[in-house]
Amino acid sequence: MNTPGKPDTPLLDVSDLAVQFRVPGRGGIFYRDSTDVKAVNGVSFSMARGETLGLVGESGCGKSTTGRAVLQLLRPTGGRVVFDDEPIHEFWKKKGQKWVWDHRLLDLRRRMQMIFQDPFASLNPRMTVETILSEPLRNFDVVQGAEQREKIQHLLMTVGMDPRCMRRYPHEFSGGQRQRIGIARALALGPDFIVADEPISALDVSIQAQIMNLLSELRENLGLTLLFIAHDLAAIRHVSDRIAVMYLGQIVELADAQTIVDRPQHPYTQALLSAVPIPDPTQEQSRRRTVLSGEMPSPIHPPSGCPFHTRCPLSEERCRSDVPRMRTIETGHQVACHLVE
Amino acid sequence: MTTHSENVLEVCDLRTHFRTDDGIVKAVDGVSFSVKRGETLGIVGESGSGKSVTCLSAMQLVPRPPAFHPSGEIHFGDTNLLSLPEYEIEKLRGKRLAMIFQDPLTSLNPYLTIARQLTEVLEVHQGDTPTVARRTSIEMLERVGIPDAAERIDQHPHQFSGGMRQRVMIAMALLCGPEVLFADEPTTALDVTIQAQILELIKDLQTAIGTAVVLVTHDLGVVAGTTDRVAVMYAGKIVEEGTTAEVFANPQHPYTRGLLESMPRIDTPIQKSLYAIPGLPPDLGNLPTGCSFHPRCELATDQCRKTYPDRKTLSSTHRAACWEVEATE
Ligand SMILES: Nc1ncnc2c1ncn2[C@@H]1O[C@H](COP(=O)(O)OP(=O)(O)O)[C@@H](O)[C@H]1O
Ligand SMILES: Nc1ncnc2c1ncn2[C@@H]1O[C@H](COP(=O)(O)OP(=O)(O)O)[C@@H](O)[C@H]1O
Ligand code: SF4
Ligand SMILES: [Mg+2]
Ligand SMILES: [Mg+2]
Repeated sequence: MNTPGKPDTPLLDVSDLAVQFRVPGRGGIFYRDSTDVKAVNGVSFSMARGETLGLVGESGCGKSTTGRAVLQLLRPTGGRVVFDDEPIHEFWKKKGQKWVWDHRLLDLRRRMQMIFQDPFASLNPRMTVETILSEPLRNFDVVQGAEQREKIQHLLMTVGMDPRCMRRYPHEFSGGQRQRIGIARALALGPDFIVADEPISALDVSIQAQIMNLLSELRENLGLTLLFIAHDLAAIRHVSDRIAVMYLGQIVELADAQTIVDRPQHPYTQALLSAVPIPDPTQEQSRRRTVLSGEMPSPIHPPSGCPFHTRCPLSEERCRSDVPRMRTIETGHQVACHLVE
Repeated sequence: MTTHSENVLEVCDLRTHFRTDDGIVKAVDGVSFSVKRGETLGIVGESGSGKSVTCLSAMQLVPRPPAFHPSGEIHFGDTNLLSLPEYEIEKLRGKRLAMIFQDPLTSLNPYLTIARQLTEVLEVHQGDTPTVARRTSIEMLERVGIPDAAERIDQHPHQFSGGMRQRVMIAMALLCGPEVLFADEPTTALDVTIQAQILELIKDLQTAIGTAVVLVTHDLGVVAGTTDRVAVMYAGKIVEEGTTAEVFANPQHPYTRGLLESMPRIDTPIQKSLYAIPGLPPDLGNLPTGCSFHPRCELATDQCRKTYPDRKTLSSTHRAACWEVEATE
């Protein structure tokens, strides 16, 4: 598909990405005691063309915010997002009090798309599948009339749906079928980069496998670069080339998928891995499980030092005071922990 | 029929159907199982397979109408729960039978303090005085791992995080030391690290109290790690049951096998594509003839399409309802 630019440079390069939200304090929005929540706090990674990067971590750790900030669906409050050699975090302009996309970002919409957990949550339930899929085509003036209908039929076939379902409404479909339609919508403009935010979390096991296989196929056939967000490490590992583990707004470990599972170095990755159930009673019995105490702190009151120190079984004095930097411990394997050499 | 002495609960040929505008929905259609004291039985299956309705039927929490029971008995002690009048079952619920849910707000009232809700259970069921009830409630909250329980007991449910609320609900369910606990997807909404905490907590309390647990889940990993026996449900019926070891080592029903194969797992090499059970679960208001799984089954024959399969016995504890399975005993 359309992958201009130099093939040897990364398609996406994110450095020191930060997103802060202003949340009202106890007194409500009219009081001065509002605080800034650092939902994403210094995230850096890059993605090669055609690569799938998995982003895993528990709910509230900042995965969706990262995905949205990468796509500029949210304006980052810090850091850089370079897409195909262009600093897209700068493609905003001020309109009165508000920041809006400039024309360059509007154009990039064709190339960067998102798949959601519930693709129809935000859509009008009275729109037919055809209307839903024609919307992006109309907005970007891609095709019209008979050609448009043909394009929609083709999209539906690409995601394994019967093109005759065009005239039906979202509620007439099962969760898995709805996700297929959501994927078709994301593919309508022929993007080369997709953020899939928990695309299988709401689906049944047997349907999850169908959707994961579909995503792998599409990625191969269309040359997509995919940022795959999920909280399920087993699923993430299955579809990703590399995995980034997030905790409280930061990436704490990044390596290729097999390394994360075979040789996790960060104590959080180790704990996360040991908590993933294995469908084998013999293994479950013999496994040593690190059950973490406590819960992830709120980003409104983040701990000092290492974000994980409040739950870390290994934490020491310096973990409470100093923030560990992301360091490369072997080629392609980065960890942010004081204790990892 | 009398209850087998060891079993605390015996469900026999339970059918729970719903009268709806679109006809009769056979949510539970001929389910039988039993649980022993201190044992954990897993019920696993996809959403809509009838897992929740099975548990809710035993607790008499399905609204009748629209629900009705064309057949079934649920033996608990020397009573049949299905024929108990409401005032009798009310005496058992929360005392000898308890249930926890995926969403704790199903059983916790958001407008009342935790103290109000916990002490009421003890005052009603055990006739405890307010002082004793409060002390027992605080102890229970401490047991389920609520820090500063003596202060937090006076807070409202929304002041607790998801995982903590789940603990409060477990505390409430176990206050009176029930003989049977139905746990309906208690960890589905939680992150894995919190899931591990909650499952461990349920196990510890179960060992201490001797409660029999019926654990409903869609996650075969959770089944493998926490249950003694497992029943696999598909379209309102149990299609396979056995000890957890048997079913995982030697899954027989094509649906069980399909579920196991379609799970991505962290302990095996990555395959290029996952096995995916084709198609969708059936509409319970319009079930296919014969075996309900036949439209999705790769082994299906004409016989499967015509007649519901007999249960084949594979061991004294292991059974599967499938024409293509060879009975071994
Ligand atoms: N619009 C918003 N306003 C304020 N806080 C937000 C907003 N969106 C997300 N957050 C907060 O940012 C943090 C990260 O959220 P999110 O990116 O949704 O996490 P995840 O996707 O990993 O579950 C959470 O603490 C969440 O409450
Ligand atoms: N009150 C009701 N009226 C009609 N149908 C119902 C009612 N409650 C549940 N059902 C139906 O019963 C079937 C089984 O539901 P449930 O037991 O909740 O499945 P599971 O817990 O396995 O996901 C579903 O098809 C559901 O739509
Ligand atoms: S009875 Fe037939 S259709 Fe049903 S699971 Fe067995 S082989 Fe498949
Ligand atoms: Mg999210
Ligand atoms: Mg249910």
